[in-house]
Amino acid sequence: MAAADGSHGVVWPGEGLARVPYDLYTDPSIYAGEQARIFRGPVWNFLCLAAEIPVPGDYKTTFIGDTPVIVVRDLDGAINALENRCAHRGALVCYKARGNARMLTCAYHSWVYDLKGGLRSVAFERGINGQGGMPDSFAKSAHGLKRLRVAEYAGLVFASFSDAAPAIDAYLGPEIAARVERVLPRPIKVTGYNRQLLANNWKLYVENNKDSYHASLLHTFFTTFRLNRLSQKGGIIVDASGGHHVSYSIMASEQTDRAYEDAAIRSAKQDYRLADASLVAGRDEFGDGISLQILSIFPAFVMQQVQNSLAVRQILPKGTGQTELIWTYYGFADDDAAMDMIRLKQSNLVGPAGYVSLEDGAIGGFVQRAIAGATGQASVLEMGGRGVESQATRATETSVRGFWRAYRQAMGI
Amino acid sequence: MDVATQFAVENLLARYVHALDDDRLEEWPGFFTDPCVYKIVSAENYGRGLPIGVIYADSQGMLRDRVSALREANVFEPHRYRHLVTSTLIAAGDGGLATARSNYQVVRIMQDGRASLFSTGLYIDRISFAGPAPLFAEKLVVFDNGLIDTLLAIPL
Ligand SMILES: [Fe+2]
Repeated sequence: MAAADGSHGVVWPGEGLARVPYDLYTDPSIYAGEQARIFRGPVWNFLCLAAEIPVPGDYKTTFIGDTPVIVVRDLDGAINALENRCAHRGALVCYKARGNARMLTCAYHSWVYDLKGGLRSVAFERGINGQGGMPDSFAKSAHGLKRLRVAEYAGLVFASFSDAAPAIDAYLGPEIAARVERVLPRPIKVTGYNRQLLANNWKLYVENNKDSYHASLLHTFFTTFRLNRLSQKGGIIVDASGGHHVSYSIMASEQTDRAYEDAAIRSAKQDYRLADASLVAGRDEFGDGISLQILSIFPAFVMQQVQNSLAVRQILPKGTGQTELIWTYYGFADDDAAMDMIRLKQSNLVGPAGYVSLEDGAIGGFVQRAIAGATGQASVLEMGGRGVESQATRATETSVRGFWRAYRQAMGI
Repeated sequence: MDVATQFAVENLLARYVHALDDDRLEEWPGFFTDPCVYKIVSAENYGRGLPIGVIYADSQGMLRDRVSALREANVFEPHRYRHLVTSTLIAAGDGGLATARSNYQVVRIMQDGRASLFSTGLYIDRISFAGPAPLFAEKLVVFDNGLIDTLLAIPL
């Protein structure tokens, strides 16, 4: 097979981005190819918020695709990303989820690394009483932890295995970068985590985030309160690569919405009212009237503003049919007590039990189950046309097609 | 702690979990005072003092809204729970409130008959005896298994 070909025998239908082969969600060789060509390829992978490791020595363990990674603030205050695999016998160097350390010591044979990944000492390097020990030819400088490229942008920490990834601002492009900065304008505080195990391929959750078409159809809670109607003002921005997107909508109005009620869609229940409307009493904190912004960065990172609920979502593949989804919620360091309470109440909208997100935990599994036996077949992506471009409507699948453009480019398929 | 209080708290817990397991969700808000606090939060967030959980409500109205949403808006595969609650320890109350700490486990049963341990953790309850029947003034559900399988719909 030619080096440029990452298809693993999957044939893309002639309709191009308007079709997606189901085999991409189930084939173990595709999954392995994604690890090499995407996650360890020329992309920027989200690791953490810089605010999670504020103090020198603070570290956190995470993953890039399947690969375990340590992200650590060194004694100079710089953030490093290191493969979490001892250069000796391949054990996890950090086996705790987080901590603070001056040095990183592998538990297995006590090899010690500094916070930049350099191997500093090897236990019994000179042996014991002149017996054993490493040969003279062993050079510690050649056996550090693999150090990845790191980029910090607006308080987000990314890493890349590849020298071919462009600088982070070029990777994001100006339109995406501006919307990242919009929701990270000043110092933040991390307010909590949630983790979910999804019974679906990682790409189904990525697509779900880019799929503005489903938002008010699957998530009927939001629609009923006129917070996320497709006919509401808003739109989709897709970057030049296709891999990143922003979906946004402008603050809800009280006007009735003919497009929905005429269609008698299940979500347009007129008699449904909140008993306690404090849930949706928020602030236009960014001063632009945008009440919802979902932003994705290729390959597997999402930022969310749902009213005043702010979070980032890290999407970790765990085999062809499983995905771990990690929500990290944040507010701003200068939030007052009333804002803390608004964010706490609006956290009900999102997360594993979120009024407008709990369905997303299950819907990918519905697809994953349904495509068993669908080898050689494909799904249809024609809402909003067959192309990839920014559109002034959310009734489109343009950003989902954009994902597949970037995916095909990266995979050579 | 006197036997009558222990009995009253365990009886409240038993009636509460039977209402949930029997799908009598409309009765669920009635187990709380108004205002109240009901919060489901991971042991990780709780232990680190991080406020965000999975569900937060501070009024009976917010609890009723959760039920309305489950009945009318939210979409999920049919399932039910079986709660086990045990080891209830009651601390001396203040201001008419008792604090009770109980272990719980919730088995989730899917429509195809598969059952699995969905949630395990602690109930940390503050219970009001001000009215004719004891009520939860505050119920913290602190779950140990921070990796939630698929979604959480029905309250714990
Ligand atoms: Fe969704």
